[in-house]
Amino acid sequence: MIGVASAIMLLGLGRIAGVSGLAARAAGIASDGAPRVLAIAFIVGLPIGAALITLILGPVEARFEQGFTTLILAGLLVGFGTRMGSGCTSGHGVCGMSRLSIRSLIATIVFILAGIVTVALMNAMGVRQ
Amino acid sequence: MTRQFLLALLAGALFGAGLAVSGMADPQRVRGFLDLFGAWDPTLAFVMGGALIPMAIAWRVQKRMSAPLAAKRFVLPSTRDLDPRLIGGAALFGIGWGTAGLCPGPAIADLAVAPSPAAVFVVAMLAGMLVHRLLPAAPARQSSLETSNV
Repeated sequence: MIGVASAIMLLGLGRIAGVSGLAARAAGIASDGAPRVLAIAFIVGLPIGAALITLILGPVEARFEQGFTTLILAGLLVGFGTRMGSGCTSGHGVCGMSRLSIRSLIATIVFILAGIVTVALMNAMGVRQ
Repeated sequence: MTRQFLLALLAGALFGAGLAVSGMADPQRVRGFLDLFGAWDPTLAFVMGGALIPMAIAWRVQKRMSAPLAAKRFVLPSTRDLDPRLIGGAALFGIGWGTAGLCPGPAIADLAVAPSPAAVFVVAMLAGMLVHRLLPAAPARQSSLETSNV
């Protein structure tokens, strides 16, 4: 479904389904990118799709075990990092990698490795919140 | 524009539904996927791998198309250089991703599943994007991107 959705964006609208870029565009933070109304449509579609799944298939598991302070810190890093690195899991990981983009391959390896190291360090230090 | 709007909405909803059914919307599941040295849960690798297949086909089709089905032209990234910005940004993103188990798509989709913690994360994420935008180095890049898109 994620791949088909990305393919609709590419072949239908000629755009990369990169969530970080579209979110920045929808929020008015990025001055370039997809037409703003389309970015808003895609971003609003995300929770609608998740809500439809809960209606059709029942509750979707989303275990938030981190406290608000941790969520805020992580959110700041994700927001800043995805703008600085021009993409996230969808733009680099799905769209870029399938295009055989070296930039996206490198970015994907870097953010997965950074994620693995972060989880390992948090576990080693006993940080759960 | 209406047709484009509906297509983008459909793509977003399908994407959000995909995140919800695959387990990507569950922060602890994502952290399990990143927990290579602990209780590693590799299943999400198949989600990403599965998403790559339709997209790899789509890229092949795209090469034969002169324009998208519902828009005037393709607007696709053309940058090729591996700069410190790409690596540094990806590293910071990865640290945040590992900390909370959330990347932008699942966080936004989770607004419908776990509204308050997801909203806290999403607001912080937008704030982080804004901070990047307001940094002195950011405007130069914005304008160079704009001119390259025109």
